[in-house]
Amino acid sequence: MKQFTSNPFYKFILFPIGQMLVFILGASLALSLFIILLAFLFRSNVTDFDLVERTLLILPQVLINGITIGFVYATIALGYTMVYGVLEFINFSHSEIFMVGGIVGVELMAYFDHTGALQTMNQYVVIGLAILLGMVISGSLAVTIERIAYKPLRGAPRLVPLISAIGMSFFLQDAVRLILSLTTGEFNVILPNFGTFDEFLILAVPGIENPLRFQIKSILLVGVTVIMLVGLNYLVNGTKVGKAIRAVAQDRPSASLMGINVNLIISITFLIGGALGGAAGVLFAIKATRLDPFVGFFPGLKAFTAAVLGGIGNLTGALLGGLILGLLESFGASYLSIFTNGAFGAEYKDILAFAILIIVLIIRPSGLLGQTVAQKA
Amino acid sequence: MGKLLELTNVHSYYGHIHALKGISLHVDEGEIVTLIGSNGAGKSTTLRTISGMIHAREGKVILGGTNITQHEAHVIVGMGAGHVPEGRGIFPKLTVQENLDMGAYTINDPKLIKERMELVFELFPRLKERILQYGGTLSGGEQQMLAIGRGLMLNPRILMLDEPSMGLAPVLVDVIFDTIKKLNEQGTTILLVEQNALMALSIAHRGYVLQTGEIVLTDDAEKLKKNEMVQKSYLGIE
Repeated sequence: MKQFTSNPFYKFILFPIGQMLVFILGASLALSLFIILLAFLFRSNVTDFDLVERTLLILPQVLINGITIGFVYATIALGYTMVYGVLEFINFSHSEIFMVGGIVGVELMAYFDHTGALQTMNQYVVIGLAILLGMVISGSLAVTIERIAYKPLRGAPRLVPLISAIGMSFFLQDAVRLILSLTTGEFNVILPNFGTFDEFLILAVPGIENPLRFQIKSILLVGVTVIMLVGLNYLVNGTKVGKAIRAVAQDRPSASLMGINVNLIISITFLIGGALGGAAGVLFAIKATRLDPFVGFFPGLKAFTAAVLGGIGNLTGALLGGLILGLLESFGASYLSIFTNGAFGAEYKDILAFAILIIVLIIRPSGLLGQTVAQKA
Repeated sequence: MGKLLELTNVHSYYGHIHALKGISLHVDEGEIVTLIGSNGAGKSTTLRTISGMIHAREGKVILGGTNITQHEAHVIVGMGAGHVPEGRGIFPKLTVQENLDMGAYTINDPKLIKERMELVFELFPRLKERILQYGGTLSGGEQQMLAIGRGLMLNPRILMLDEPSMGLAPVLVDVIFDTIKKLNEQGTTILLVEQNALMALSIAHRGYVLQTGEIVLTDDAEKLKKNEMVQKSYLGIE
């Protein structure tokens, strides 16, 4: 057994993917059972259609949507949680790093469109280039912000860098708005129309009446995030830099006594977190198709919530928290109006998601996979 | 025997608090030198100033002929000054093996790391039994062994130990001090900070007595042991 678990293929490929599958299946199953139970309970209250039947009919699609958005939240949440793990500080400008990544990616695609190259290029190459550019720009932006706005405040009381981060967030929003208005005169950036991403892959499953419909962009989004999460897992658990990141997170003074350049490791942490945020931004842009300089706020807030829900500072927790939040949101959006007979529409999905967050945090203040402070010390 | 480490008129501060008020001391190659003094005398601060965790505002710290006063901590480690901090500072959520790997962070040769690790296990066989356990799950004594072992991974020219006996059962204190002596006999220079002045003076060659950030007395360890002031204040002999 020991030999098997120390096999790198198992440790860095099978294990993280297995873990994701367990999280997806576990969270999906729990929420599905819960909603089906509710449907049976309220069946007699609804007269014009069969509630159970309706619930089951849309359930697969609801799960797919939830998992897709959940992976986006998880990828952003990793940026929050990595920085928190190392500095015990919430980088509130991370939502703007995400936004910048998205806008840079879309602008690149718009540039290809403008030069006419877009229609002749392979669509996956275009997406790949956009994600890469988003990662590079967002990663370097995160490192720069850390150097300018956080590093000089490292000895200061905790509230001070937090305020600096919020200020940075506003600064970035308006800076991007200024740049966009100077260059294009338009605050919105719109994804050019290309490729086959809006089409559906249809999978007929025996026993289910409606075939499952996967939008190609959803598959792309999940695929890319899974690759990135596996890569991150390898980086953190399998490399020397990763070990140094964990050491700095656990005990910064001791880490410096080991000969670890703590400032460099902190920069690398921001680089990784920012790059993940940038990639998530591009993926989000492909899904949302329309971005503006303020688009980062809600996904950022939700990803932060996901990080807290999973246990901030814990990488696996960010993944779990993101998936749960995405699923909750998707369930809220689809079922609230059905169950309340239209009294509460899909726009109340956030209330449902955050109400559940509050309940979870009352029961487990350190998050689902977090440790209590006493254990950590 | 040259001077391996030399501090000249070092002043260090924590914010506005003047913690070291002109410390001058030296450690020769092959020596065990101990700093004794009560709480808050500046013993730990002296070690922290040497290892670059805080920087002296005045004065000079010279290690092996190089002025390291303003060097960063991670650079000083690479120059051969190992520091085992007070409270051990092991990584609770890394395994024993990973903790030792961290100690060898600046070494890139896996074979050398393995060799050094074997030496550490020879010194502390207990660590080998716990190799895959998390640092945080070890007992206090084992954690101290791990902290010292980790400090040895770079084969430092000088090993600075801060309160290695703190919180340990008497039998373990003996084990730790025997190990320190053994290390010194194998050629490692030791700078030892201890509350347990009697133990420290019994293995050290020389000692310095610190009081509120200043050195008030220095002599051979044997003579310090017999000094009336030291006996009264630090050895509990009236």
